[in-house]
Amino acid sequence: MTDLAHIRNFSIVAHIDHGKSTLADRLIQSTGGVTAREFRDQMLDSMDIERERGITIKAQTVRLHYTARDGKTYILNLMDTPGHVDFSYEVSRSLSACEGAILLVDASQGVEAQTLANAYLAIDAGLEIVPVLNKIDLPSADPDRVKREIEEVIGLDAANSILVSAKTGEGIADVLEALVTRLPPPAGDATLPLKALLVDSWYDAYLGVVALVRVKDGVLKRGMRVRMMSTGAVHEIESTGVFAPKPTNVDELGPGEIGFVTASIKKVADCKVGDTITEDRRPAAEALPGFRPSLPVVFCGLFPMDAADYGRLRESLEKLSLNDASFAFEAETSAALGFGYRCGFLGLLHLEIIQERLRREFNLDLITTAPSVIYRIQMTDGALEELHNPADMPDPARIAAIEEPWIKATILVPAAHLGGVLGLCTDRRGEQVELTFSGDRAMAIYRLPLNEVVYDFHDRLKSVSRGYASFDYQMDGYRAGKLVKLQIMVNAEPVDALATIVPEERAYQRGRQMCGRLKDLIPRQLFMIPIQAAIGGRIIARESISAMRKDVTAKCYGGDISRKRKLLDRQKEGKKKMRQFGKVEIPQTAFLEALKFDED
Amino acid sequence: MSAALTDPPEIALYVHWPFCRARCPYCDFNVHVRRTVDHDAWRRALLAELDHFAARTPGRRLTSIFFGGGTPSLMAPATIAAVIERASTRWQGAPDIEIGLEANPNDRAAFRPLAEAGINRLSLGVQSFDDRVLRFLGRDHDANEAREALDQAFAVFSTVSFDLIYAWPEQSEESWRAELAEALTRARDQLSLYQLTIEPGTVFDALRRRGALRPASGDAAGPLYEIAQDMTAASGLPGYEISNHARPGRECRHNLVYWRYGDYAGIGPGAHGRLTEGEIKRATRQLRSPERWLAATQAEGHGTAESENLGAAARAQEMLIMGLRLAEGIARADIRRETKSELGEVVNMDAVAELIEAGLLALDAERIGATAAGRQRLDAVLERLLA
Ligand SMILES: Nc1nc2c(ncn2[C@@H]2O[C@H](COP(=O)(O)OP(=O)(O)O)[C@@H](O)[C@H]2O)c(=O)[nH]1
Ligand SMILES: [Mg+2]
Repeated sequence: MTDLAHIRNFSIVAHIDHGKSTLADRLIQSTGGVTAREFRDQMLDSMDIERERGITIKAQTVRLHYTARDGKTYILNLMDTPGHVDFSYEVSRSLSACEGAILLVDASQGVEAQTLANAYLAIDAGLEIVPVLNKIDLPSADPDRVKREIEEVIGLDAANSILVSAKTGEGIADVLEALVTRLPPPAGDATLPLKALLVDSWYDAYLGVVALVRVKDGVLKRGMRVRMMSTGAVHEIESTGVFAPKPTNVDELGPGEIGFVTASIKKVADCKVGDTITEDRRPAAEALPGFRPSLPVVFCGLFPMDAADYGRLRESLEKLSLNDASFAFEAETSAALGFGYRCGFLGLLHLEIIQERLRREFNLDLITTAPSVIYRIQMTDGALEELHNPADMPDPARIAAIEEPWIKATILVPAAHLGGVLGLCTDRRGEQVELTFSGDRAMAIYRLPLNEVVYDFHDRLKSVSRGYASFDYQMDGYRAGKLVKLQIMVNAEPVDALATIVPEERAYQRGRQMCGRLKDLIPRQLFMIPIQAAIGGRIIARESISAMRKDVTAKCYGGDISRKRKLLDRQKEGKKKMRQFGKVEIPQTAFLEALKFDED
Repeated sequence: MSAALTDPPEIALYVHWPFCRARCPYCDFNVHVRRTVDHDAWRRALLAELDHFAARTPGRRLTSIFFGGGTPSLMAPATIAAVIERASTRWQGAPDIEIGLEANPNDRAAFRPLAEAGINRLSLGVQSFDDRVLRFLGRDHDANEAREALDQAFAVFSTVSFDLIYAWPEQSEESWRAELAEALTRARDQLSLYQLTIEPGTVFDALRRRGALRPASGDAAGPLYEIAQDMTAASGLPGYEISNHARPGRECRHNLVYWRYGDYAGIGPGAHGRLTEGEIKRATRQLRSPERWLAATQAEGHGTAESENLGAAARAQEMLIMGLRLAEGIARADIRRETKSELGEVVNMDAVAELIEAGLLALDAERIGATAAGRQRLDAVLERLLA
C-alpha cells in the first residue's frame, strides 16, 4: 500500500491526433516502465484497429514510478482515454478515477472541438488541469496563439502551460514534475470500510473477467469477500494487481490506488461499470456516485453475406459485447437480407469499429443497412413508441406525430473555411445557436437533427473545410418533425432494408436518387423490373430495369459440356447470395452498394 | 431423333490436334505451340486411343468424324487418313459419313491433300472480312486471303462452312450488316457466327483487366445477334443453333450429335467424350498436356484423365444445356429415355411456367424448346430452369 501523498492519478485529454498516445509512450519510457526491447509505439493501444487507425478506443491504464526532484518516489497512475466523441462516456469514466488531467493541445493546430469537449468533461469532474502544448518541434508551432485560444475558447489559465515535444522528448521531464507538484494527491482512509469504484471490466482469455478499480477508502486484498453494491452479489477476490504496464500482481490495493482485480466472476455483465465494490463483512454505508449509462444512439442491421454465417455472427456479437457494454443487439429478419441482427452503437465510429472487428477478428462478410436514429412515435391512441428500424414504422394513419433526436454540435474552424461549414449545417436542417471568433478561428454552435449527422456529416465537414474543421456534439432532446417513411419497391415488393425515414420535403429527391442508383446496381434479368419509391401508398419516383438483351455462351466447343455444367453449379452457389423478389433475383451486393450513402 | 430399335446405336468421333503455329489472343482451347512434333508417334498414339474407345463401344454405326484443335490442318495427311481408316473398320462406317476438319485460310495449299486423305467437310476460320478486325484478332491472314481460301475450299470439299466473330469492341450494326451480306453471298450451306467472348486466361482477358479492351455488353451484342438471325433466315440459312446457321437439311451432323446428346468418343489431348455403356453414361476427358497424354497413351493405350459416371440429374442437366441451344428443342421422349424421369422431375416447373409466360420457352406434349428470344438469353434461362 502506498502513502497517499506519493500517489498522483491523472488522465490525458486531447483532440484526436494531438499526440496523446505518443506522450503516454514517452512518459512510460522515461520512467522505465518498459525495457527498450519491450517497447513498441502506441504502447497503450492494444487492439489492432487502435494501432492501425491511430485511435484509442478503450481506456487504458498504466502505473509509473517517478523519482521527483524532491528525491521522493511517486506512483503516477496514467489513464489513457479515447479522444473520439463516440467514446466520451469512457472518458468520463476514466476521469472519475483521477484527481488531475493533462490537457494536451497540438501547438500548431490549436484548440479543436474535442479539446473543448474533453476539457469540459475534466472541469465538470472537478479535476486539476495542466495544459500541455505538444509538437513544439514543428516549425508551424505557435504556442502563444494556442495559449490565447485555451484562455479565450475554453476559459482556462494557460500562463503555466508546459511546452513539449512528445516526439523528441523535450519537456517531458517538466510534465512529470508538474504532475507531482501541481496535481493534488488523492484523499482516502485505509481504515474505513472498503469503497472501490468499478471503472471498467473486460474479459481476458487468461485471467477471465478482469475489473479495473479505483480504491477510495479501505483496502482490497486477495481472499477478501467483496460485494457489488448495486446487485448485492458476493465474490472472492482471487488476485489484485497493477498495469506496469504489463499486468503485475500486488498484495493489496489501498486508497488512491488504481489497479485490477480478478474474482470468481463468470460474466462481464456481473461487473457493472460504475458500481461500487465494498467488503461483504464490513460494507460501506453508501455507494459512490456511479456513471450515467451510455445509450446507443445509432442503429443499423448487420446481416451475413452468407446465410450460413448467421450462427457465427451471433457468437461474434456476443463475444464483442463482453468487452463493450455500450453495444446492444437483437435478432432481425429482413426479406431482402435474410436473418441478421439490429445493433445499437454510440455513434458512427463505434459502428465502423464493430463492423471492422467482426470482419477482421471473426472473418465475417457483412451487409450493413443504413444507420438510423431512434425515433419516438406518438400514436393517435396516446401511446408512445420507440422506433429503431424504419421498416417497423406503424401505419401512418395511427401516427399522431414523429419526433427525432437533435444534437448540439460545436464546430471549430478557421474563419477562411467558415462559409462552407455554415452552408453544410444549413443543408442539414441546422439552426445556428452561436457564432464566436478567437483570432482567425471561429466557433459555431448548431442544433442539428442527429439523423442528418449519422451518415456522412463528418466526411463532408472535413471536405468543405479542407480538413481544418473539428466537430463534437452532445444529445439535445427530441423534437417533432415532418417525417415520412420512404419505401423502395423492387418488382412491386417493398425492400425492407432500404426503407428510410426522411423529412417530407426531401422524400422526392431521395426517392429518385435511390431508384436511379438501384437501376444501375441491379443486373439485367430475364424480365423487366420496375423500381419504385413510395410514401405510404403514393408512388413518388420510378425507374425500370429493362430485360437483358443477350446472354448466351457462344460456343460449346468439342462437346465440352462439363465446363458449362460446372458453370451452372457455380451459379447455384452464387444463388445463395441472391434474394428473391417475386420472380426476380437480386444479388445482395446490389443492396450493399445501394446502402452506401452519398449525396450526389 | 431416337434411332429405331433395329438400327445399331450411333457414335461420333472427335479428334483433338492440340498444336498451333501461334496462340490467338481470344482462344482458350487446349492449344500448344511446339517447334517440332513427332508425327509418327502421334499417329500411333491417336490410333491406340481410338482402339481403346472402340473396344468399349463395339458394333456402333459411325456417323461422323471431326478433326478439331488446335490447328488440325497441321496434321500429316497420312495421320488423318489412318485415323479415318481405323475408325471405319473398328466401327461400322456409315456410307454418308461426315468427316470434317477445321482449317485456317493460310492452309490453302493443304486443302487438296486433306480432301485426298478423306476430309469431306471443311470449316474455315475466316473470322472477319475486315483487315483491321483480323489484325485485332491476331490472325495471320488478311481478308483477301480468306476470300481466296473460301473459293478454293468450295472447289475441293463437298461441304464448306466458315466462322465469323462478331461483337468486337465498338462494332457498328452497319458494318456488321455489310460483313454479313458478304458472308451470305459466299456461304452455300453452312455458316457459324460467334460472339467474341473474353475467356479467362487469354490475352484479351489480360487486356480487359487492364482496361485496354472493352468487350461488347449484352446490350450491344443483342442487336448484332438479332441482325444475324434476321439476315441469315432471309438468305435461307436460318440459325438452327445459337451460333450455327445452315440450309435446312444441311446442318453439321457432327455438331448435332453434341447438341442432341448423342454418343461421341473424344481422342487426343483434352478431348471430351460421352459414351453410353449399357445403363451407364460416362463423361470422359483426356489429359490436357500433349506430352503427358502422349506418354500415357504409349504406356497404357489411352490418356484418360477422368471418366465420370453421370447420374440421372447430371444427364438431364447436360441434355438441357445442349438441346435448348437448338431451334428444334428436345423431344420429351428423349429426356425420358436418358433420365428415366419425367420433365417435372428434372426441371423446376414453376420456372418453366414463368419462362413460357415470358415467351422464352415453348412446351407441348412432344417437345420442350427455347424460343428465339429464349435462345438469345439461354444462359439465364438455364440458370432459372436448373440452378
Ligand atoms: N512532430 C511531432 N509529431 C508528433 C508529436 N507527438 C505526436 N506526434 C505525431 O502526431 C500523430 C498523432 O499522435 P498520437 O499520439 O497517435 O495522437 P492521439 O490520437 O492523440 O493518440 C502521430 O503521427 C505522431 O507521430 C510531436 O511532439 N511532434
Ligand atoms: Mg491515440
